Amino acid sequence: MFPDGWHYNVAPYINSFVKWLVVAWGPFFEAISNLVLGMLLQIEAVLKGVPWWAGIIIITWIAWRQTHNLLKTVLPGLLIFTIGMFGLWEVAVETLGIVIVAVLISLLIGLPMGIAMSSSERFNAVNTPILDAMQTMPSLVYLIPALMLFGLGKVPGVFATVIYALPPVVRLTNLGIRQVSWDVQEAALAFGASRWQMMKEVRFPLAMPTIMAGINQTTMMALSMVVIASMIGAGGLGEEVLKATNRVDVGKGFEAGWAIVVLAIVIDRISQAAAKRWEPPQR
Amino acid sequence: MIETDQDRLLKVKGLWKVFGRNPINFDPQDTDSMESLRDDGAVLAVKDVSFEVKRGEVFVIMGLSGSGKSTLIRCIPRLVDPNWGEININGRNVLDMDEKELLEFRRYETAMVFQHYGLLPHCDVARNVAFGLKLRGVTPRDRQDRARQAIARVGLEGWEHHYPSQLSGGMRQRVGIARALVQETDILLMDEPFSGLDPLIRREMQETLIRLQKEVNKTIIFVTHDLSEAARLGDRMAVMRQGEFVQQGTPEEVINNPADEYVERFVFDERQILSGNKKRPPFGPTQKTRFKKSTPITPAPAPLAAAGRR
Repeated sequence: MFPDGWHYNVAPYINSFVKWLVVAWGPFFEAISNLVLGMLLQIEAVLKGVPWWAGIIIITWIAWRQTHNLLKTVLPGLLIFTIGMFGLWEVAVETLGIVIVAVLISLLIGLPMGIAMSSSERFNAVNTPILDAMQTMPSLVYLIPALMLFGLGKVPGVFATVIYALPPVVRLTNLGIRQVSWDVQEAALAFGASRWQMMKEVRFPLAMPTIMAGINQTTMMALSMVVIASMIGAGGLGEEVLKATNRVDVGKGFEAGWAIVVLAIVIDRISQAAAKRWEPPQR
Repeated sequence: MIETDQDRLLKVKGLWKVFGRNPINFDPQDTDSMESLRDDGAVLAVKDVSFEVKRGEVFVIMGLSGSGKSTLIRCIPRLVDPNWGEININGRNVLDMDEKELLEFRRYETAMVFQHYGLLPHCDVARNVAFGLKLRGVTPRDRQDRARQAIARVGLEGWEHHYPSQLSGGMRQRVGIARALVQETDILLMDEPFSGLDPLIRREMQETLIRLQKEVNKTIIFVTHDLSEAARLGDRMAVMRQGEFVQQGTPEEVINNPADEYVERFVFDERQILSGNKKRPPFGPTQKTRFKKSTPITPAPAPLAAAGRR
C-alpha cells in the first residue's frame, strides 16, 4: 500500500481558507447575495404575475412564430398544461426563475470568458482544466462552500447552478470563434477592421450559431442542476422531487420529474428555433 | 527625396518575405544571416522583388501556385508583413506605418478582391458591399446610397437583399468587386479573383472588369496563374517563380520574348492561339482512344450569359 509516512492532507487548509473567506469577505458575499436575490425576486414576481392561461398562450404563440408547424405549436402548450394539472405550476415558475437568473449570470461570465479564450492561447490553456474540473467535480462538493458563503436558500442554489452550467457556453463560444473562416477574417482585415470591429462585425456574428448551441446546453444543464440545488433550500421542482424521494412516493416523484422534463423540452425547442435565426439562409 | 512623381503610384523596392522559425534577424545584405536561414529550412516566399506601377495601370503578377504571388500581393496592405524592403504608395512607405496608420491606409487607400470572396455569410449583398464603409464609420444612409450605386455598377440590381449563399460563384465575386469599388480607393488589389469560376463566367467577369476599368480607371494589381487572363487584362505583367520576378514587361513582350525556359513553357499555349494556329498542344479531348467514333470536337456555342439569373 501507499507508505503511511507520506500521507498528507490539504483538507485542513481548504477548510480554514473557506472559514477565513466567510469571516473576512462576509460583507462582500452578502452584497453579491443581495444583488442576486433582488434579481431573482424581480424575475419571479414577473413570472408569477402571468396567469397560467396567459403563460400557455405566450408559449404557444412563440412556438408558432418559431416553427410554423401545427403539431410543434400545440404540443408545448399541452405539455405545460400537464404541469398545472399536477398542481406544480407555482413551483415550476420558481424553478424557471432560478434557471433564468443562473443562465443570465452564466452568459455574463461565459461569453467574455469564451471570447478571451479564443484570442489568447495562454488563457485558453489555463482555463480548459478549470472548466473540466467544474464539469466533473461532484456538485455536492461545492454546494457546501456555496452554502457557507451565501447562506441557505435560492442564492447558493443559483451559484452552484452557475458553476455547473457555465462550461458549455464558454467552450462553445471559444470553439465557435476559433472556427470562423480565415477567408472572411482576412477580407475584413484588408478593409481595415480593427480588433474590436473584427470581433463585433465578423468573428462574433459568424460564431453565433455555435454560441447559441452553447447557450442551449447551458440552459439544459442549469435545469438538471435544479434538483440538486434544492438540497440547500433552493426550492422549486427539485424540492418536490426531494420530498417525494424522502417519502418513497414514486408517483409524486414522477410528477415532479415529468414537470422538469417538460420545462426542458419546451425551453430546448424554443431556444433551438431561436438559434436557427442566426444561421445564414440556405439556398 | 520625397516622391512627387504622380505617375508612379506604387513603388516596391527590394521586397523580401521569409517564412520560417526565426526570420526576425533577417538582412539580405548579410550573407551570414542568409546562410543561417537556409540551414533553418526557412522558405523565401518573396525574394528581392521590385516593381513600379503607374496610376491607372493594370499590373498583372503571374505565376504557378506556390510561386509567392499571393504572398506578394498580401504584402502591400501588410496582411503578410514583409521582412525587408520598401513599399511606397503616394510617397509613404507602408512598412514604416504604425498600427493606426496602417488601419487608415487599409480603409482609405487600398481595396482587395479575394479568390474565395470572403463575404460575410450573415449579411445580405447590400450590407456586404457597404462593409468597408461601415468600418470607416460612414453613416448608414450614406452607406446604403453608395452601396446601391456600386451594386448597379457590377450588374446586381435587384439582388441587394439576397445572401451570399443564395448566389452563384460569379455573382459572389461581383459582390466582392462592388465591395472594393465602393471604397473609391486609388489602388485595387485582386488576388486570383476569377480562378474559382468556370471558363465562361470567368470570361464574362474579365469583360466586366475591363468595362469597369474604363469607367473608374483604377490602379490594379492583379494576381493570376492564367496567361491568357494576364494578356487580356494587363497593361504590364510580371512572371514570378519561387519568389522571384523572372520577367517584367507588357504581355506582348513576355509572349514574344520569353526570358527563359520557364516563361517559355507558360507562353507556348498562348502563342499558338495568338498566332492563329488553332492546333492545341496534346491534352484533353485529343486523346481519341477514349472515343469510339472520332466525332469532330467543336467548341460549344457560348450562350449569352445574362448578368443575373432569375
